[in-house]
Amino acid sequence: MTEKTVEMTEASLFPGKRRLPQVNPVYFVLAALLCAIALSNPNFLEPPGYLNFLKRAAPLAILAAGQIYVIVSGGFDLSVGSVITLTVVGSSMLLDNNDDATWWVILVMFAIGAAVGLINGLVVSYLRVPSLIATLGMMITLNGAAFMWSSGSPRGYLPDTFRFFGRYNIKGMPLIQFLPVALIVLVVVGIALFWLMHRTNLGRLLHAIGDNPRAAQMSGVPVERIRIFAFVISSLSGVTAGILLGGFAGVSTDVGTGYELQAITATVIGGAQLLGGRGSVPASIAGALTLAAIFTLLNFIGLPKPTRDVVQGLILIVAVVLATYRRNRAGGR
Amino acid sequence: MSGPAPAIEMRGISKSFTGVKALRDVGFDCAPGEVHALAGENGAGKSTLMKVLSGVYRPDAGTIAINGIEHHFKHPMDALQAGISIIYQEFSLLPERTVAQNIFLGREPTRYGIVDQKVMDIEARRVIALFGPSHHIKPDTVVSDLDVASQQLVEIAKAVSLNAKVIVMDEPTAALNDAECEVLFDLVETLKKSGVAVIYITHRMREITRLADRVTVLKDGAVAVSFDAVPAPDVIVHAMVGRDIGDYYAPAALQEEIGLTMLAVRGAGNDRLNDISFDLRAGEIAGFAGLQGAGRVALAMALFGASPFTRGEVSLAGRPALFRNPREAIRAGIGLLPGDRKAEALVLMQSVSDNGMLTARSLSPVTGSDRKTPFVSDQEMNRLLEQVDVRAADYAHEIKNLSGGNQQKAIVARWLALNPKLLIFIEPTRGIDVNAKAGIYHLMRDLARKGTAIMMVSSDLPEVLGTADRIFVMRSGELAGEFPRGVSEAQVMLAATGEITTKPEAA
Repeated sequence: MTEKTVEMTEASLFPGKRRLPQVNPVYFVLAALLCAIALSNPNFLEPPGYLNFLKRAAPLAILAAGQIYVIVSGGFDLSVGSVITLTVVGSSMLLDNNDDATWWVILVMFAIGAAVGLINGLVVSYLRVPSLIATLGMMITLNGAAFMWSSGSPRGYLPDTFRFFGRYNIKGMPLIQFLPVALIVLVVVGIALFWLMHRTNLGRLLHAIGDNPRAAQMSGVPVERIRIFAFVISSLSGVTAGILLGGFAGVSTDVGTGYELQAITATVIGGAQLLGGRGSVPASIAGALTLAAIFTLLNFIGLPKPTRDVVQGLILIVAVVLATYRRNRAGGR
Repeated sequence: MSGPAPAIEMRGISKSFTGVKALRDVGFDCAPGEVHALAGENGAGKSTLMKVLSGVYRPDAGTIAINGIEHHFKHPMDALQAGISIIYQEFSLLPERTVAQNIFLGREPTRYGIVDQKVMDIEARRVIALFGPSHHIKPDTVVSDLDVASQQLVEIAKAVSLNAKVIVMDEPTAALNDAECEVLFDLVETLKKSGVAVIYITHRMREITRLADRVTVLKDGAVAVSFDAVPAPDVIVHAMVGRDIGDYYAPAALQEEIGLTMLAVRGAGNDRLNDISFDLRAGEIAGFAGLQGAGRVALAMALFGASPFTRGEVSLAGRPALFRNPREAIRAGIGLLPGDRKAEALVLMQSVSDNGMLTARSLSPVTGSDRKTPFVSDQEMNRLLEQVDVRAADYAHEIKNLSGGNQQKAIVARWLALNPKLLIFIEPTRGIDVNAKAGIYHLMRDLARKGTAIMMVSSDLPEVLGTADRIFVMRSGELAGEFPRGVSEAQVMLAATGEITTKPEAA
């Protein structure tokens, strides 16, 4: 709306002022932070050091890679944190310490995740509830459901077959055995989501919807269906992150709390446009790693959790301001 | 020049931006009580010149004199204080404030340090009353409750209350309908009579003929020609474009180019339309004329499924064609270029190429490659974009940096990729400069020659008459007449208004 339809004189006056192919600054920021961590803790350069970092950051990175689908389409998904909680708590309830149940429990969790995404998408698309409100409602509902399911005191731990994904390495395979399963999951999910967002029609249509839903509709885009798709992908990424988190976090009813905002912050650090139309999967993953690196650094410095929250909030604001500033300078009026 | 001393006189104005000459030795003046039209294509330097005049840019060379006294504006405020007001296409009014508050924004009359509402209202009423008794705008109305023309009036009232000696209007009719235009024209006449120098920037020949005393045409940053009296429109267009008006509109369809019936509409209607029946044939351009709100756009949107028909029958190439949404219509072979490109057609943050590919992608499998749809590949799209003459440094750049004409042509390429049976253009050249307009007309004709039926809805009557092979006129949701090519403006207006008497300049 604030975009002015000024005559194009300016653009035609500055033929030399074309934008150079830009590298997303998030990669430089991430590299700088990793250097800083390495300097303050030389152990980080050893495989256990950085692999552990990547393992810990994998759930958030996957979450961000899913969240970016909703962000690009012009919405928010605040329910993913509660999807994580539901996954962890629900799995522990269903598993009931039975090692053999892992596979079908995981399938059930993905089915629940798909249903949550579907409901989010339907409510946003057809009932025209703003996504911020719809998914906030879903978040409260799912947190409540997780609490009810476990009667407030979830069973202590998950069996090792389940924790395998978040915690261990695949044994007995050359090379692969050095890599944490969580990292392999991140790479596989990351490539799949990269492909879907940046190499298929779906990705382009998501961008179009987030950019101008009315124009998308008038161009034949099945806006409602594509939106629902985005929410389903986001929820499924929440389940995936939940399964990984279950591997190293304890089972509790607040295990996923705050992850939704971290995921959104990660996408913004990755340069996503908060009202839709622009965003990248690899940059969002880099954004998540950046956020994780910042937290790691703050840990080294020895700052308590509340300080980390303050820092995260400030980062979110600063990232949005910088993104806006960059866009304006790029001639994006 | 002649007569009274010019209220404003710009001489030898030059301005460069990073080596590019935007203005070269431009002279322009305007006397009190005179309307001096400034014409030229987009990018000709009109806006830059006006920004120099209003103190936004400082010229590299040249002088600005007001009533014979030279001024050097360092800031837009300086120009405002010297009596120069500019009314931009986009209003600068605060929508949630009252008319009076807007007129006196930043210089409210105060009493004991408190805003004196009463004085402000009286003063606002006095200024508005200057425009004659027909404009009933109450000073305490909230601006967002006013229609566009009235908002423009408030904008002008603001300029008048600032004692502006020079008022610049930058394409003031861009957002107005015909009736609102009339109101504006009256206002300009009033301003003129009260001795204000009016600089009137426009593309539209009709407005120049109607209002201007003199015309200056800018081309490539320099004065191409300055007329002391308003010449015939084609002379002005020729000066703007640098070519003859003869090939401005595309030629008519030849008899053998018109094919079988493509679209047949029988007794169709909805809450905006009633009993619509007509045929469109392959290879022809059908123009739809009528007053604002006559139902032309509603008809286009109904055919396209955006606000569907609720009764009647429609067939496209022999198949039933009552669509419930645009997607269905597009699948069946209908394309539509909306009148408001920014709101309804463009995805501004995406690239030129992405904008062209959008519809092809939306009809393709979602997990299919975005570079190669069943309809068009990205390379074929680039070729199409070149073919329709979209000028951009790189089709991978964002489309928002392109001019309106290039954006429109990219949207044409979007539909070309699908090879539609029926292509609907709504206001195809709104906000597009003269040269690009000619390009659009020729594109429409080329498409028709390939067998597409073209429906053109336009409020620009000369455009309809110059382009269409048949002209349909609509009035209050119904078809009021059908004319062959060559019909006069007066006949069309007669049908459009349903009146026996035609006002001479009603066209």
